[in-house]
Amino acid sequence: MAVETRQGHTFGDRMPRKEDGRFIRGRGKYVDDLQLPGMLHSAILRSPFAHARINGIDVSAALEHPKVRAVITGKDLEEQGLAWMPTIAGDTQAVLATDKVRFQGQEVAFVVADDRYSAQDALELIEVDYEPLPVIVETPRALDPEAPVIRDDKAEQTNNVIFEWDHGDKEATERAFREADVTVKQEMIYPRVHPAPMETCGAVADYDVGTGKMTLWVTSQAPHAHRTLAAIVTGLAEQQIRVISPDIGGGFGNKVPIYPGYVCVAVASLVLGRPVKWMESRAENLMSTSFARDYHMVGEIAATKDGNILGVRVDVLSDHGAFNAHAQPGDIWPMGFFAIFPSCYDAPAAYAEATGVYSNKAPGGIAYRCSFRVTEAIYLMERTMDVLADELGMDPVELRRKNLIPAEKQPYESVMGWTYDGGDYHAALDEALRIADYPALLEEQREAREQGRIMGIGVSTFTEIVGAGPKKKCHIAGLEMFDSAELRMHPTGKAVLKIGVQSQGQGHETTFAQIVAGELGIPAEDVEVHHGDTDHTPYGLGTYGSRSTPVGGAAAAVVSRKVREKAKKIAAHLLEAAEGDLEWENGGFQVKGSPNQRKEMAEIAFAAYTNTPPDEEAGLEGVAYYDPPEMTYPFGAYVCVVEIDKGTGQVEVKRFIAVDDCGVRINPMIVEGQIHGGLAQGIGTALMEVIQFDEEGNHLNSNFMDYLIPTSMEVPKVWETGETVTPSTHHPLGARGVAESPTVGSPAAVVNAVVDALSPYGVRHVDMPLTPSKVWGVLRENGVEPF
Amino acid sequence: MRIQVNVNGEPREADVEPRLLLVHFVRDTLGLTGTHWGCDTSNCGACTVHLDGEPVKSCTVLAVRANGHDVTTIEGVSSGADLSLLQQGFREEHGLQCGFCTPGMIMTATALLERTPRPSEDEIREAISGNLCRCTGYQYIIKSIEWAAKHNAPTRVEVMP
Amino acid sequence: MQVPAQFDYEVAASVEEAIELLRRHGPEARILAGGHSLIPMMKLRLAFPEVLIDIHELDGELRYVREDDGVLRVGALARHRDLLESPVVQGRYTLLADAEKFIADPLVRNMGTVGGSFAHADPSEDLPAAFVALGAEVVVRGPGGERTIAVEDLALGPFETALDPDEILTEARVPRAPQGSSYFKVERRAGDYASAALGVALWMSGDEIEDARVGMCGVGSTTLRAKEAEEVLKGQEPDEGLYKRAAEKAAQECDPPDDARGTPEYKRDLVRVLVVRAMEQAVGRARGAEDRTADGR
Repeated sequence: MAVETRQGHTFGDRMPRKEDGRFIRGRGKYVDDLQLPGMLHSAILRSPFAHARINGIDVSAALEHPKVRAVITGKDLEEQGLAWMPTIAGDTQAVLATDKVRFQGQEVAFVVADDRYSAQDALELIEVDYEPLPVIVETPRALDPEAPVIRDDKAEQTNNVIFEWDHGDKEATERAFREADVTVKQEMIYPRVHPAPMETCGAVADYDVGTGKMTLWVTSQAPHAHRTLAAIVTGLAEQQIRVISPDIGGGFGNKVPIYPGYVCVAVASLVLGRPVKWMESRAENLMSTSFARDYHMVGEIAATKDGNILGVRVDVLSDHGAFNAHAQPGDIWPMGFFAIFPSCYDAPAAYAEATGVYSNKAPGGIAYRCSFRVTEAIYLMERTMDVLADELGMDPVELRRKNLIPAEKQPYESVMGWTYDGGDYHAALDEALRIADYPALLEEQREAREQGRIMGIGVSTFTEIVGAGPKKKCHIAGLEMFDSAELRMHPTGKAVLKIGVQSQGQGHETTFAQIVAGELGIPAEDVEVHHGDTDHTPYGLGTYGSRSTPVGGAAAAVVSRKVREKAKKIAAHLLEAAEGDLEWENGGFQVKGSPNQRKEMAEIAFAAYTNTPPDEEAGLEGVAYYDPPEMTYPFGAYVCVVEIDKGTGQVEVKRFIAVDDCGVRINPMIVEGQIHGGLAQGIGTALMEVIQFDEEGNHLNSNFMDYLIPTSMEVPKVWETGETVTPSTHHPLGARGVAESPTVGSPAAVVNAVVDALSPYGVRHVDMPLTPSKVWGVLRENGVEPF
Repeated sequence: MRIQVNVNGEPREADVEPRLLLVHFVRDTLGLTGTHWGCDTSNCGACTVHLDGEPVKSCTVLAVRANGHDVTTIEGVSSGADLSLLQQGFREEHGLQCGFCTPGMIMTATALLERTPRPSEDEIREAISGNLCRCTGYQYIIKSIEWAAKHNAPTRVEVMP
Repeated sequence: MQVPAQFDYEVAASVEEAIELLRRHGPEARILAGGHSLIPMMKLRLAFPEVLIDIHELDGELRYVREDDGVLRVGALARHRDLLESPVVQGRYTLLADAEKFIADPLVRNMGTVGGSFAHADPSEDLPAAFVALGAEVVVRGPGGERTIAVEDLALGPFETALDPDEILTEARVPRAPQGSSYFKVERRAGDYASAALGVALWMSGDEIEDARVGMCGVGSTTLRAKEAEEVLKGQEPDEGLYKRAAEKAAQECDPPDDARGTPEYKRDLVRVLVVRAMEQAVGRARGAEDRTADGR
């Protein structure tokens, strides 16, 4: 069979991915694939208690194990000043517990052995004397005056409150509520979930005593930031640390923070002078490294009787676990970008207040496929909108249509202080309804109800806020959130682009090559993209919060344009023309009006090394550090259709329609793939994923038998995707981020559909996850019989 | 215990502890790191290899169990620049993102197409239901397998390096 | 990744040798068949056998699915997949194929064995419930020879069987094929253990239900047989009212645990619903009707 050989893809093409060649052969290189001569393995002893004082640790039996090389405890680290480390939220987190353990699964001791089996065996030889303490797992209980103080390590901490925060115009919002015809109020919980990438977290540290250089291979979404933090934590000189993020098996926010295991391998390698590997098990992943959400919210909307929103008010209690390792783009954002919440609606007043608390649960609060709490905000808004629609007796679609920000108001200044970057929200909603054939769906639902079937239609419309910086507003532990790209054209016309953002499956090696290809008129096949090695890439803040395209992608475009500027000078020299007489056309420079007098990029690149203009440096390269003027605001309109088995409570997602506007699409195939994946995760959150604890703080979902993520059987047969394209008003390519929109917008669509299905029985809200047993409970409580 | 396993057509010998899992034998002892692992409980399928031609979860098989048997890993489904049709299909139809579940998916799908050359969509969904993917939402994985089924022909052709 | 603790390992070359090894190593030895229940428990360090006696070389002796003189015989090393794909099973013992579609996932079904499903005695295991509905027995062999145990009597409690430490389970036997049978399961997600599951098998005499059996899993501390529900069905002509009366009995006969899959009330209600659905399908099959959709809606 002959298959056409493809060459010459560029910006906007459905280009097959450059990285696939290695992955489909099993030749990807993930952290656990690394095998170094003399490498040792490790395992972490974890607390069986959620809250307990440590009265003593006896490691002597473990040290006697013939294959054990070292056992490190918190006391050992304390001597080096390494028992605690800073978190990205400006708190501290224990690397290995010294005084107390504060959640089940907390790191207590670190065993290094010749092989991973022996390391795990030795864990059973360590004796820890724990004195159990009262436990807080129910978030509101953290505020009880009698509640035990979890963070008694911090002198200033006399209760469990981490922060109190408010945002918006309180007075104007209260006035809106006083004057409104209608107000609604809905309590809801966005439960604790986990990103659960297929690859768990891990690291290999290799300290070279000869050179003094520490190389850290780590599952990191932000290698440069990790290096800087590693330098600060360990006291090693930053240039002596090299962080390599090799292939990453999915991140979704799980691989943004620094974990105790990373610090421990580094310490162990320093102490032992040999490479040391740590890979967490799935249980460790689900129990200790970074949950998401756990937001306890009350949403209120004030409106006129015909459905015009007058004000939105939100109260949040956010649970951060034992250490505040929540992902936030700077200390002025303890709620991340939660204040996006009036979202795509033209709300004249809005106000939020929030309290963050400690509990005896794993630390984190990371942005799981989410730009810093946008997911929680949109869920709250979209649920509360449906409650308002129910109160008004309006079709939820009509209510939304009435309140969506009109396109002519863009770029829109929101009452919460954001400047949106363009968008026609009505067009996206109309497109989603067209694909769904909404009138036919309503008719189908009417018929289903006549037959006694329980069918629901849910809609959500939203805007995100992604792509942090600008650097004046956003930082990670003080590092401003710009991003970077370095481009070099080689004499043969091929290019290498080095970037500061980090793929975990998003396909950067392809899309970034397409950006350069589009700007320089060379095939994307000729552009090699490097990332994930701090010794060889420009400084960047990494990939999360959908910032790769908005910030890193912009940097790639800008650096390409810089290179093109220089190329123009060379072209002028080659064509013996004035620069001002040249125009850029179809990937080359030509003399205006004389298209035959023309130089292609390849020729120009060759000349950059062989025939440079007398007043120009040789070479053709550039570097750009891009500071976005604003965030980008991808938006969408989703429709979900469900049917509920009234006998068993099982929810089936029959259809899911997603119209996304992420501006200009660099590679539509990759965009679609990102949307599909995010929708599956959103359906998982809505229907099955949750991390729960019993009252003693035991983690109840520490493996994939108990933490359920969707298989091929739970997702609809077709993801019905659609698009509108409204270019970003400020991004150099008109692009926004995309990968998080589906996780942000879909849970509300699913829950809205389920609640819509149950609305004839008086149901207005059900908290996620909508498991069969929970839905069954709602059915029976409301008088729905199985037969 | 001394074992000999026929891996990707080559006899491989090693001294192993009885408790060594096949996934670690393949990855750590033989250095064939294309086979991954993603859980502890036989749920995720990232570790799928063929044992005597049938796809199994190698995290739940002892290496000693494979003594004297045939094991095929992702490294064994094609050689050099060649690609199997399934490998091609995954690239053509964007059946992978982070690539971590991909070898397991391809091993499962390879066995499916050997038994059922023209599977229905439902059969594909069912066949891969023990292989978790967190990135793709599965639709393009299914399309990738359908691509391979559609192009099922005796020769294997390389499309792109 | 979590790994098992150390153990000694033996490979049995025959059933007799396996029995001898069990006798020699005592109660801390365990038979290793497919390993898909045992090895995960060992990795999580919830099981610590001192010796594993691997019987995978006994496929020749113990891997079969066949019908002899109207008796279905399933060897202990028959894989789940063998049962699922057996034309005899699909044709005459349909609920076994129904149940198999729900068991774990296709990869696990390539390794997991029928014998292991019985010997593990997990109260949520599907196959024992399906075999209870068929009135099956298992054959066990020990140093003193062979004996049979009714499947419903096999499990003494969670993960505990009536097998002696030196006995090995060799076969499951169904004495007579039903005219119609069906198995239904509610799971939170594909591959999950049952929130509740049950099978019914019917032996008809004309339009009348001559005999009926109901086996349930996930709703008690062992596999359960709903004897009172069976009594309601026996001697009756099938109709929806009858199914509901039987369902009510079955719901009373179970004793479901309160766990992440739901409350006892929920699971009892599932039993009610599933008995009706399984009866509708089994009666339909007995009458030669086409199945409704797989999810019973």
